[in-house]
Amino acid sequence: MMNIKGALVPFSALKFLGKKPHTVRYPLEKKDTAQRYRGFHFNDLEECIGCGTCSTICQNEAIDMIQLDGVEAAKGDSGLRPRVDNGRCCWCGLCVDMCPTGSLSLTDQYLHTSPDPDSYLLIPGKDNPEMKENISFVKSDSEPLLQFDRVPMRELDGAERVKSFAEVVLGYMQEEARAEATRCVDCGLCVTACPDHMHIPEYIGAIADADDETALKYIYDNNPLPEMCGKVCTRQCETVCAIGHLGEPIAIRWLKRFATEQFPDPAAILNPVIAESNGKKVGIIGGGPAGLSAGYYLALRGFDITIYEALPKMGGMTYAGIPKYRFPEDSLDKQIGYMEKVGVKMVNNTRVGKDISFDKIRKENDAVFVGIGFHIPYTLGLTGEDLENSIQAVDFLRDVNLGKSVDIGKKVVVIGGGNVAIDAARVSRRLGAEVTILYRRRVQDMPADWEEIEGAEDEGVHIVPQGIPLEVIGNNGKVKSIKYGMAEMVADDKGGRPRPVLIEGDEHILEVDTVIGAIGQEADYSFLPKEVMDELKIERGRMVVNELKQTSIPDIFAGGDSVNRTADAISAIADGVKAVEGITHYLLDE
Amino acid sequence: MSEIMQEKETTLYLGPQHPGITGNMMIELKVTGDTVQRGRTHVGYLHRGFEKLMEERLWMQCFPIVCRICVPEPDPNEENLARGIEEIEGREVPERAKYIRTMVLELSRMATYLLWMGGQSGSAGLYTMPQWTVGDRDYIIDLFEELTGGRVYHMYIWAGGVRRDLPDGFAGRVRKVLDYLEERLTDYDRLLFENAVFLKRAQGVGIIDKNKAEEWGVVGPPLRGCGIAHDVRKDEPYEVYDKLDWEVITHEGSDVYSRAMVRRKEFEQSISIVRQVLDKMPEGPVYNPGPNPLKWKVPAGDAYVRTESARGEFGYYVVSDGSLKPRRVHVRGPAYVHGVSLLEKMLKGMNIADVSFIMNSLGTCPPEIER
Repeated sequence: MMNIKGALVPFSALKFLGKKPHTVRYPLEKKDTAQRYRGFHFNDLEECIGCGTCSTICQNEAIDMIQLDGVEAAKGDSGLRPRVDNGRCCWCGLCVDMCPTGSLSLTDQYLHTSPDPDSYLLIPGKDNPEMKENISFVKSDSEPLLQFDRVPMRELDGAERVKSFAEVVLGYMQEEARAEATRCVDCGLCVTACPDHMHIPEYIGAIADADDETALKYIYDNNPLPEMCGKVCTRQCETVCAIGHLGEPIAIRWLKRFATEQFPDPAAILNPVIAESNGKKVGIIGGGPAGLSAGYYLALRGFDITIYEALPKMGGMTYAGIPKYRFPEDSLDKQIGYMEKVGVKMVNNTRVGKDISFDKIRKENDAVFVGIGFHIPYTLGLTGEDLENSIQAVDFLRDVNLGKSVDIGKKVVVIGGGNVAIDAARVSRRLGAEVTILYRRRVQDMPADWEEIEGAEDEGVHIVPQGIPLEVIGNNGKVKSIKYGMAEMVADDKGGRPRPVLIEGDEHILEVDTVIGAIGQEADYSFLPKEVMDELKIERGRMVVNELKQTSIPDIFAGGDSVNRTADAISAIADGVKAVEGITHYLLDE
Repeated sequence: MSEIMQEKETTLYLGPQHPGITGNMMIELKVTGDTVQRGRTHVGYLHRGFEKLMEERLWMQCFPIVCRICVPEPDPNEENLARGIEEIEGREVPERAKYIRTMVLELSRMATYLLWMGGQSGSAGLYTMPQWTVGDRDYIIDLFEELTGGRVYHMYIWAGGVRRDLPDGFAGRVRKVLDYLEERLTDYDRLLFENAVFLKRAQGVGIIDKNKAEEWGVVGPPLRGCGIAHDVRKDEPYEVYDKLDWEVITHEGSDVYSRAMVRRKEFEQSISIVRQVLDKMPEGPVYNPGPNPLKWKVPAGDAYVRTESARGEFGYYVVSDGSLKPRRVHVRGPAYVHGVSLLEKMLKGMNIADVSFIMNSLGTCPPEIER
């Protein structure tokens, strides 16, 4: 039977003859793209840090990192910028979602036709600055691919802490460490920021892979005091961490601490291979991080090493200066014990210049490494500073650490804003005193670690910022109170940081039993004979050394606080490691 | 016709460039007159090795790949891979994300059916339909562009949920498109489903043996077109299909027409499903974050997950050995069964002009056959 209806109904389509088409329009009008359209890339070159995460995640291998004119490598910036091959790109936008700084985005631009293959290579932001106006697909805050929150560190409660010198930071548990390590994007910017250039992405990767032994091996490759660093390092690495731009940086320090704390005896894991003796002797003056680092790696290379230390134990400032609640003594003992196993000879309680002469050490050894640190405190230059109970933080901390009894009374004022000042304040709290910190600038200007400042506040330390000490007032030769004036911050015309200027008449008196000065230290070169001093080049209190830490006297090498300006443990370790190269080169011509 | 002409067997090559369907494959036909005596399918023009490529990529890097497995309908791939991983990991997906996924899958089904309507009518010589349906499909693609940033490859569904929440006012615009498409169905009916030419070409043509269909592994509209109510959305509900009101659509006849009618009714049903999804969609997050993709290890284990795609049951077998990359991802697509083994069986005795017509009705998708 004929299907008449079926033959006729299709003709109803004729009614559309006059309809305006919606797919093709003449003359060609550009389609309005959606707000999230994924077209060509745009990169904010200023915000980009060249971490290369975009390049790593790109499954088409369409992104490579290249050098650009006008973009210089700097701390926390590799100096590289992404270049996109639009012939390979699939516009999935994973690079955008993974970008730690949020500098990379996709635009609503999508047209490009050319017979020239090279024209498909696009350096986003440089080749298409005009597309800044066309940004469409951007990183989402609510659906993040990266984890911006740090696994919190467990700590003793503030009230509990001041009762003893027990370690404040409790360390990560295994699960916590794995989770924290997983946040890393392996960009390696931290490596360039670390004075010692430790293998950070490698050991973090190993921790994430639950391979703590490998992590330890990477760590010990160029740092023989990692457990110490894991607890007290100034962690310049974390300040440049890519994740830190939009979130909290990876807890690199805590992860290093975790890895080292997994093994009671590093020797059992590292199985260090000690080279056969090469017959050369090196004497090291000062058993701080610089001296110990130089000694350890030199010993591994077959040198005969002796370290001379004035105090009863190796460690330098990490032993005498850093309070035990930050760096417990058994942890120090563990690391020193391991070095002894490697064959480093350690002579304690021997002050060079007093118990043994510098010349003798120099004569007995083929080279000398000087790592004496900064142990002489700057004085405040105030009237009344020589009163009884007006003391210096480094002396105070040393006495406490060495177990001497120190009477600081009930009320203490600490002057200064660095880590030493905070240490002195927190130790004073543990000795039962009420503590005030007097600092000439604002809290945010304090050179101390922010975690230390927070810790001090948690423990009840009172901070008086913009307070300048004017006079220590005494009674019967003993400290009675301190007079200080308030300051206002005045912008520096030369572009430097704002200076504190006293406000006239705004003076206060604080009743105190003890004044602790902590405004810096310098080196003590009195042990050096005159002819050595004449030859040794010293600038602004620091010995001048070359790349390989050699001083102006060829057989004398130096490192640590008495050489570098950063004056922290990791820089000292870096100096020691570098000096190993220098001494090897000098003595063995290698 | 002379006796010689009648007996002479000729080899005819259909394809490999878009043999009446989208994608590249070739059908080698031995014909006498215009009757196919036997035929062989030849594939290999589109093999990109996605399954193997995934073994060399981080888990997260697999998501931009899988959508390419089926060009007209990428979303079930994304959804399957995501759900496979979630099943191994035991990762929860936020409720809102499940609703959004369901909406995406149904919109994708509708877009695919529109493209199929164009192909099916085009291969019957009805050329107005493709102009309409491809144009109307663009409205859905516009929605995808707005939602995901991509028109064809959405890269939107990933493990833990979806990539972005709905833009402001999106639901309203979806409803508008749904209303429009519902209205258009009358036109489609007049032009295709009630068209005498189509009925003549489709009814009683391309019959699948109903008793063998399940044994052969036929799925989707071709199976439901045999009157067998098989639909993964009902058999093993995933996302939020069990919270929605809908019934499996079947049609008796086992021919091209019955398969077309299944799709026609399912298109209408999808409109209703998306509306229900929009009505019931809760507020809340759309993504449950996983580890940093660069260090993301899926725990050792395996999972087989399946989705009802527009072409039928679509399955992913995902195996992880606990490392950064998949150990194996195997894709079970309906197009291999329909477009290769089933088609070869059906070719015998077929009219040459019906080959493309039937391939269309089976939902053959060469990119998915080859992967």
